[in-house]
Amino acid sequence: MITFEDVVKVYPGGSTAVDHLSMELPTGKMTVLVGPSGCGKTTSLRMINRMVIPTSGRILIDGKDVSGQDEAVLRRGIGYVIQHAGLFPHRTVLDNVATVPLLLGKTRREARSAAMELLERVGLSAEFAKRYPAQLSGGQQQRVGVARALAADPPVMLMDEPFSAVDPVVREGLHREFLRLQQDLGKTIAMVTHDIDEAIKLGDMVAVFRQGGHLAQFGTPQELLEQPVDDFVAEFVGRDRGLRSLSFDTAADLPVQPVGSFDGAELVLDDAGRPLGWRRDGGTIEPTAGVFTTGDSLRMVTDLAITSPVGVAVRVGADGKAEGLVRHHDLVDFLAARRDRRAAERSA
Amino acid sequence: MNLSYLFDAAHWDLSAPGGIPQLILAHLGYVALALLIGTIIALPVGLFIGHTGRGSFIAINSGNAGRSLPTLGLLMLMVTLLGLGLTPVLIALTVLVIPPILTSAYAGMRTLDRGVIDAAKGMGMRPWQVLFKVEVPMALPVLMSGFRSAALQVVATATVAAAVGLSGLGRLLIDGLAVNDYSRVLAGAIVVAVLAVLLDLFLALVQRWIVSPGLTGRDQTRSRRATT
Repeated sequence: MITFEDVVKVYPGGSTAVDHLSMELPTGKMTVLVGPSGCGKTTSLRMINRMVIPTSGRILIDGKDVSGQDEAVLRRGIGYVIQHAGLFPHRTVLDNVATVPLLLGKTRREARSAAMELLERVGLSAEFAKRYPAQLSGGQQQRVGVARALAADPPVMLMDEPFSAVDPVVREGLHREFLRLQQDLGKTIAMVTHDIDEAIKLGDMVAVFRQGGHLAQFGTPQELLEQPVDDFVAEFVGRDRGLRSLSFDTAADLPVQPVGSFDGAELVLDDAGRPLGWRRDGGTIEPTAGVFTTGDSLRMVTDLAITSPVGVAVRVGADGKAEGLVRHHDLVDFLAARRDRRAAERSA
Repeated sequence: MNLSYLFDAAHWDLSAPGGIPQLILAHLGYVALALLIGTIIALPVGLFIGHTGRGSFIAINSGNAGRSLPTLGLLMLMVTLLGLGLTPVLIALTVLVIPPILTSAYAGMRTLDRGVIDAAKGMGMRPWQVLFKVEVPMALPVLMSGFRSAALQVVATATVAAAVGLSGLGRLLIDGLAVNDYSRVLAGAIVVAVLAVLLDLFLALVQRWIVSPGLTGRDQTRSRRATT
């Protein structure tokens, strides 16, 4: 756990970067610090490994005040990933990854074999080991950056806009791989981003900062989307937060209509009972926009209902057989009931 | 004017005092000493200024001032102050090599990718480790180019040693002029030029050997740039 206790950072010249910040980043979870530029999120992150020294207040990692520790020793125990990766251009990929184990006094052999394993972990084959950073694409460099931060197996990782320098398609892939990696490793991670979508997608917890170094809200992504504390957070998480909050609930409780016909449109099934498509007024079969299972999100069901040629989402079982149908207004009724139920829970 | 002096085998006798081999050796001696002393003075100062960003006006102005200082004039001044001998020559030549080394050390350090240095610190390198394991290796291509230009200048200029009675290839120029032996002057000029080219080639090899292929892109031909 990383604890901020009433932390203040005032830069020489009097500008306040971080203003009385108190928060707890839970162990084994990823906490994303997000906010507009100049909100103090990066300064807060850099105070954890003493790259920035707080003006007042304390930061503790698992109850231990970081200010009492030797800077270099502290940092070797904390993974550090930055934008553009910051790889050493004069060292091979393998030697980049082996950096911290070598600093910790491991032999070159031990450090390199650990580095080799990590390259594999982040999805880079052994042929990359002997290359130099300049020979890698941005996405590959960022993977090496993550491998380098993980090399000494630190319990805590700090990531400063790690994915913002790569294009959206590559970023998507890196997100997926990173989430999978984090699921295995369970590191305590603090990550900075200016991208609220990235924060909501990756964070177990999200800390929204506002200008002047104030913490505006600290909560789960779902809490931010459903109960923003004020207009600033509501606006920052975006206009479509209602739609996006549907990502966090599965379709398990969503009632379905029996498989059949609607308004002259008929769901055509194959011999095994799997949906083939919709037929309207005896015409040709139009493919369904896709199908969902009870494990999929309400957002996906909504999307399917919108994109379906007849405005109906089709639920299938694990065997692919059609189980039921959800129409636009079924969905609207369900969401209205869900909203009222939540409001009642909150006021109770 | 002809090449007879240069191609006279008697002038290439290894053991003859005043022979070309002995002059080359003495010449290289001055060059090496000036480069050594100049590097010892200029490199740490340049690295410090580049590393901290403090006193950068020294680095910038010393480059300009150094280039405008006439070595021969400085040498005569030093001889007047200190008398004849090796010391005034070395001072004059050292003053010549300091600016390119100082300026390149400063420039090499200033142009480094700050993100890489931030990463080095953030991973737990101590300040001296950041300097010697990250900053200096990354700045080496620029450092070496400054050193090479210093070496080229001092090889040509070390001929002034002969003007104050010392040895070196300047002897061929000074003595040749004194007795109107233009063949000897030509031989001196050619040997100095060839020596300069050879020294630069040698330093290019050294540079190739000590600078990481990751910085020069030399490795690119062996493995294609990959896509994600």
